[in-house]
Amino acid sequence: MHLILFIVFAVFCLAGAVNLLLQTHPINSALSLIVVMTSLAVLYLLLGAEFLAAAQVIVYAGAIMVLFTFVVMLLNAGREERTLGSRAATVVGFPAVVALLAVLATVILHTPSLAGAVFGDNLSNEPGKTNLDQLSTVLFTKLLLPFEVTSVLILIAILGAVALARHDDGERAAGE
Amino acid sequence: MSVPLSWYLLLSAVLFALGVVGFLIKRNLITVFMSIELMLNAVNLSFVTFAHQWHAVKGQIFVFFVMMVAAAEAAVGLAIIIAVFRARATLAVDRIDLMKL
Repeated sequence: MHLILFIVFAVFCLAGAVNLLLQTHPINSALSLIVVMTSLAVLYLLLGAEFLAAAQVIVYAGAIMVLFTFVVMLLNAGREERTLGSRAATVVGFPAVVALLAVLATVILHTPSLAGAVFGDNLSNEPGKTNLDQLSTVLFTKLLLPFEVTSVLILIAILGAVALARHDDGERAAGE
Repeated sequence: MSVPLSWYLLLSAVLFALGVVGFLIKRNLITVFMSIELMLNAVNLSFVTFAHQWHAVKGQIFVFFVMMVAAAEAAVGLAIIIAVFRARATLAVDRIDLMKL
């Protein structure tokens, strides 16, 4: 069951990622990115990270991708023009990608201690202690300060986004 | 039936490589930004896999923080894209070359 689910959603992931590269219209790329993110949420669920699966669907597939499609439609982005691309990308970029992937695959395949993923293998196997319990305990006790700092970061990001995207007329009116 | 965790790591590596390729070949500013999001997601998958392997809650917490920072980054990045589009009326990265030598 685990194997079948893994294969199905891994194929969805890869197909979505390849489709993102092949599509020329940004809205199609955005939709295939949503497929990738939702399949990743299922993979998180298979790895016993329920909270992250929910957060992935809500934050990534929901909020961030809505922002992306909103900007694509706002700017009325059409088909991208095919150009030759930069020479640096062909000379340095693609060999570097191949080398990176080869090194990563070699390291991963030669790591002996990796176990298999099975259902119900939680972070701690104490009875009655779920993953969410552990996650929230650490997040709200040991890491409370980073958690609060992140909320400040998001507030600053909102202000920055508004300041950056504001129209020039508005800026002039604010300056007067 | 168990799945070897190395398959998850390989999937993550392949997704990351696809993200890099997208960053190199795409010619639209928004799609380039989407490729960056794809790379972030690939790394998150390996974090979750390692958290599963070593029963460490820290890996999942790291993913949580990456998600929050990615949300902030997406908001600011898209605002910058809107500002660039206002200034230059194009989204093609080949035409945004003011700082090119």
